[in-house]
Amino acid sequence: MENYPQLVTLIVFIPLIGFVINLFFGARLGERWSGLIGSTASVLAFVVALLLWSYLINSGYESAVVNPPFLNGWITIASAKVDIPWQMRVDTLSVTMMLVVTGVGSLIHIYATGYMHGDPRFSRFFTYLNLFLVFMLILVTGNNFLMMFVGWEGVGLCSFLLIGFWFDKTKGVGWKNSNAARKAMIANRVGDFGILMAIFLMFWTFGTLDYFRPGEIANVHLAEEEHEAALVAAESGAASEGAPVAEGEHGEAAPAAEGEHSEAAPAAEGEHGEAAVPEVVFYNNDHIELRQLGVFGQAERMIEAKQEIDFGPFSLPIETVLVLITLFMLLGATGKSAQIPLFVWLPDAMAGPTPVSALIHAATMVTAGVYMMVRSNVFFYNAELTSLIVAIVGAATALMAGFVALGQWDIKKVLAYSTVSQLGFMVAAVGVGAYGAAMFHLVTHAFFKALLFLGSGSVIHGVEHGHHIAHERAGHGHGEHDAHHADGHGHDDHHEEEHEFDPQDMRNMGGLAKRMPLTYITYLIGTLALAGVWPLAGFWSKDEILADSWLAGIVDNKLAGFIAFAFLLVAAGFTAFYMWRQIEIVFFGKPRTDAADHAPESSPAMVIPLLVLGVLSLIGGFVMNVPSGAGIFAIFDLFNNWFGTHKFTEWLEHSVAHAHAADFQPLVAIISLVLALGAIGFARSIYGRGKSANVDTQPDPFENAVPNGAMAFRLANAKLYWDETYFRLFENPFNKLSVFLADTLDWRFWHDYFHETVIAKGFNGIASILSNPVDLGIIDGIVNGVGKLAQWVSGRMRLVQTGYVRTYAVTFLLGVVLIIVILLLPMVQQG
Amino acid sequence: MLQTEWFVMLSAVLFILGAMGVLLRRNAILLFMSVELMLNAGNLALVAFAKHWNQMEGHLFVFFVIAVAAAEVAVGLALIVAIFRTKKSINIDELHQMEG
Amino acid sequence: MLMNSAITIASVVLFLPLIGMIVLLFLREPADGHGNNNLKWTAFGFSVATLVATIVMWASFDPATPGLQFVQQMNWIPSVGISFYIGVDGISILLIVLTAFIMPVAILSSFRAHVIHERGREKLYYAFMLLLEFAMLGVFVAQDLFMFYIFWEVTLVPMYFLIGIWGAERRIYAAVKFFLYTMAGSILMLLAILYVGTQVGTFSVPDIIAAVQANPNLFPFAGIFSTQSFLFLGFLIAFAIKVPIWPLHSWLPDAHVQAPTAGSVILAGVLLKLGTYGIVRFCLPMFPDAAANWAPFVATLAVIGIIYGAWVSYAQTDVKKLVAYSSVSHLGFVVLGIFSLNQVGIQGAILQMVNHGISTGGLFLLVGMLYERRHTKDIAAYGGIWKVLPVFGGLSLVITLSSMGLPGLNGFVGEFTILLGAFGSQILGFVFTLFATLGVIMAAVYMLYMFNKVFMGEVTHEENKTLEKLHWQETTVLVAMIVVILWIGLQPAPFFGSMDSSVNHLVQTVSSAASSVALR
Repeated sequence: MENYPQLVTLIVFIPLIGFVINLFFGARLGERWSGLIGSTASVLAFVVALLLWSYLINSGYESAVVNPPFLNGWITIASAKVDIPWQMRVDTLSVTMMLVVTGVGSLIHIYATGYMHGDPRFSRFFTYLNLFLVFMLILVTGNNFLMMFVGWEGVGLCSFLLIGFWFDKTKGVGWKNSNAARKAMIANRVGDFGILMAIFLMFWTFGTLDYFRPGEIANVHLAEEEHEAALVAAESGAASEGAPVAEGEHGEAAPAAEGEHSEAAPAAEGEHGEAAVPEVVFYNNDHIELRQLGVFGQAERMIEAKQEIDFGPFSLPIETVLVLITLFMLLGATGKSAQIPLFVWLPDAMAGPTPVSALIHAATMVTAGVYMMVRSNVFFYNAELTSLIVAIVGAATALMAGFVALGQWDIKKVLAYSTVSQLGFMVAAVGVGAYGAAMFHLVTHAFFKALLFLGSGSVIHGVEHGHHIAHERAGHGHGEHDAHHADGHGHDDHHEEEHEFDPQDMRNMGGLAKRMPLTYITYLIGTLALAGVWPLAGFWSKDEILADSWLAGIVDNKLAGFIAFAFLLVAAGFTAFYMWRQIEIVFFGKPRTDAADHAPESSPAMVIPLLVLGVLSLIGGFVMNVPSGAGIFAIFDLFNNWFGTHKFTEWLEHSVAHAHAADFQPLVAIISLVLALGAIGFARSIYGRGKSANVDTQPDPFENAVPNGAMAFRLANAKLYWDETYFRLFENPFNKLSVFLADTLDWRFWHDYFHETVIAKGFNGIASILSNPVDLGIIDGIVNGVGKLAQWVSGRMRLVQTGYVRTYAVTFLLGVVLIIVILLLPMVQQG
Repeated sequence: MLQTEWFVMLSAVLFILGAMGVLLRRNAILLFMSVELMLNAGNLALVAFAKHWNQMEGHLFVFFVIAVAAAEVAVGLALIVAIFRTKKSINIDELHQMEG
Repeated sequence: MLMNSAITIASVVLFLPLIGMIVLLFLREPADGHGNNNLKWTAFGFSVATLVATIVMWASFDPATPGLQFVQQMNWIPSVGISFYIGVDGISILLIVLTAFIMPVAILSSFRAHVIHERGREKLYYAFMLLLEFAMLGVFVAQDLFMFYIFWEVTLVPMYFLIGIWGAERRIYAAVKFFLYTMAGSILMLLAILYVGTQVGTFSVPDIIAAVQANPNLFPFAGIFSTQSFLFLGFLIAFAIKVPIWPLHSWLPDAHVQAPTAGSVILAGVLLKLGTYGIVRFCLPMFPDAAANWAPFVATLAVIGIIYGAWVSYAQTDVKKLVAYSSVSHLGFVVLGIFSLNQVGIQGAILQMVNHGISTGGLFLLVGMLYERRHTKDIAAYGGIWKVLPVFGGLSLVITLSSMGLPGLNGFVGEFTILLGAFGSQILGFVFTLFATLGVIMAAVYMLYMFNKVFMGEVTHEENKTLEKLHWQETTVLVAMIVVILWIGLQPAPFFGSMDSSVNHLVQTVSSAASSVALR
């Protein structure tokens, strides 16, 4: 039991092994083994996640910090007290994410073995998927913000690789895919700027980046409450050692015995752990010094002490620092979780294969921003200003993306904008302080959005095959079909046809309910879940967010609550509408093309994951987190008896200090349900009975159905011109400035003009002045003058040389005499 | 025992004789012999002073001078012979090619 | 006054390449100028031997000692206090290892270079390579200013010829420009060296630092027009040209674009670091007051360089020029880290020197391999290379990502530590970090642009469909690079550990002497 949390290293290493095998041997292993290895790795990771889940339940939610083997620390600068280790955390929040990532991930891996069948780079696809799992699991298991950032960037990389997976498509599609991949990575990088700045601020404020230190209690209030409850129970003598403690104020049968309960117990802390024997049981962190706490613990204590943080040239109060940190985090979250203003990459990311869209761009990676904000709930809770901004950003994104989704023709684009919108719900939930609800929606959304994406993949797959079957029947013969399979795969491939057939365009579908019954049923479940119809998963989670917003507005009188509630309600209406529009266009009515008429049901590998996700979408809500109702809603208690009330929120509370469960709001629930059903009915009235648009028959029925419908539809169809605006505002100026800097300023001015003209020419000019007048006139003049002088003097001197020996002899003699005279002269003078 | 002065005086006389010969004669051979005379005058003085001061350096120098003189004679006579062969004369007044 | 003449491993490391060069000179060059394996493998063998010796040195290096190790000191010109003085400490050890690592890679990558076969004179080429290694190692181990200066200048000679003989079209122009620019800066440094040496009476660096510490007014500092400022600038300008710090970078694109692949690899890998190393080794401890007071100014230039370099890279159409400008951006990070004048920043800067050597060296290798196959450096001539050469594409991706600082790879560790240090710097404040971090975004912009245009997309040029697969030698050098990239990215502890106490000592020195500014 004590070593159980050590398993968390396996959850990263198993997909890593899968990645390595597929990377080096994938091509040789063949499709079957490659897919099997990839999927097995994912399933095994899911099993590990389940084990960790059971560990948490059995140990009384005792969170653990684990140091992975082989990796000793990471960025460690001893003299500066920088110590950022590779360290993993097992707590209710991280295990939730692990379950979602590996669970949905496993289903998608299995699905992909069917979907990617025949692709020449099949094994490479599974390589990337496993790598994605590695990074995503690093992201959620890390115990510090930098490790989260490793995963954060790593999943961005995998997203890049997978969006650009079909980079080699012909006819410009390859370039489009590559550019979409690049766009995703760069948009995320802009967000990463925020994360980095938040990390720097945190480090210089707290001196660490750890979430919690080993032995630290994440939710002190809960621990204290439970401790008091345990005391009461012990006094009353009802509880003996080791037996479950009776309920405290929480109304929960706390499964923990007193002796085991404290999270301070140092079990399984690995190398970092202190060796204290848990004789003294702590139910708060007061015994830990400030600097020994993780960032959240320190933040709370600093707020109590109203501390000023010193940043060298200036100092700031802790509240301001928290606002800055959270604002920077929000920037990061808008990148990864596709919020205004950085969401633009997500719709383009649909260029990737559909399983990727399901796994990365719907269920897991894009929720990383929400995960981060929930993880940092202590910061956000204490940063009022940021919370307001978060709520506005989330709610506005939900509304905006919901509107854009109304006008899309591409089946995946609708889902993409829907994802952006739903992520907006989660972010807005964080903004109103409903961290539990945000996580709840994250989980249910993972179920039904993965389902919808996989369903859409199944539809695309079917239509694609139907297209080929239809062509074969029409006499194109077998040759083309075989050639298609040999030359590779191409679900999203624009085939070389008269007018290019787009298997993703919903106008090419219709009537698929009969052709693909299983896909249809599961898709319908997903749609209803997303639309928030009782009692499917989406109803419960969406309703909780709405209820929390409502309460934040009405009870706490927060502006954020009102804004979020109003925006989200409308967005919820949009959601139901565009999803039902999709159902009508895709599945109902008559097939509008031969392709749709011949579409076959997908293979079992693809349908089974659909069914599993369908079941989860159906029951996921009330099994996990049903509120307790009163009056007529006492029917909920039926579920409560089986599954417990607010089970999920309570589970989260052990790691998310401010995850509180809102009371059920019957009014909100009724409004939202009526709205959803109304929107579905409205959609049916517009698109129902086969009144859908054909590719050739513009306009969309919506344009004539409502006043100003044409304008609204065009606006939505053009995606509100976000891309164009960004191009004008940022991309184009950036490119132009770049070219200006590079060509004009750096090269022509600085390199050529300044260095070649000014320096080099100037140097040459000076050199030529020096060489002609100065050098020839003065320097040479002097030198030559000296030479001439010597010549002249020697000319005179040589005249002395007569050549007659006798002359020389006389000269000698005279010289000798002279020398003697000079020598004798002093003597003469003395004498 | 003779006084050193006498040797010095003899040396001076020989030197002056030699010098007069160098200045006044025209025959190269005689000129040459006069030079030898001057050298030996010097030698005589050196030996005399060495004896006077009872030191060996003077003797030593004399040996050097003799050796150098011998070499000089060899080279000088060879030159005179060579000049005679070309000019058919050894009158030094007729030889002034070294004029500057 | 013979001091410490026992031969240490440091001098083994230093002189092995020189011995190699001499041995190489005795080998016969074949008449047709190529095809001689002896030459190549001898040169490679000596560079590998140097690497092994370096690793032995690193293994026996004691990270807890802040001062010099493997010291060897002998009189040279005792009358003016010049000595042969070599030693290694935590600041130089990693750069020595880097040099010893880059050289075999560069030499191995030259084996198959067309340009060397075309132009011939292989013996000269490899002799210059080893001479260059000797000179670069000399710069890093020299503990005497005079010796340092000599090695510093000696590095120019082989590089000049490498560019001038085996370079591209405008090689002479580039070689001369490279030579003159470095020379121009060096002259100021020479003056400063002579002044310092004569003033203190010795050229031994540790003695000078000790003298400065004992008497902070040895070189009085009183504002920007004072002795210490001038000396500081004398050194700094020489180093800044080498680094190059914006706006002194205009020799760099020429030199890089014209140099042969191995030349670019060494230039980016090691030569540029001579400048940043010099700043850490000389400018900071010898002139602490000036360093502290000039820090905001130099850091501003560094930040401008980060953004400017990134921005200019993005608009390039020549792959090699793009990578060259990226160096301006990356080295800006290093300078920023150094002038944050704190433990974190300087350690990050030193690690980033190593990282940049490996990542950018790797990028130049990639460009070289592409050039060998297509004989063009125009980005537009490529596209879809990943499909044609999947292994090459994958390896390139890792190196590209390392250069743009993906966490888990080496570039991130360095950049993160630098930015963290700069953020906490008492002198700089976080505005510098704010702008420098923009450089991280822009790194992604230009690096992905390059990767996208070259490796992704469909194959649009027929010539690209039949590119030659990677030779095992090429794979080996790339894999060697990637192993180091992953090692530093995942476990930088040995690297930080090696320099920790030396850098700590340096920071203490600077902050205790820099009276005017408080440091943390």
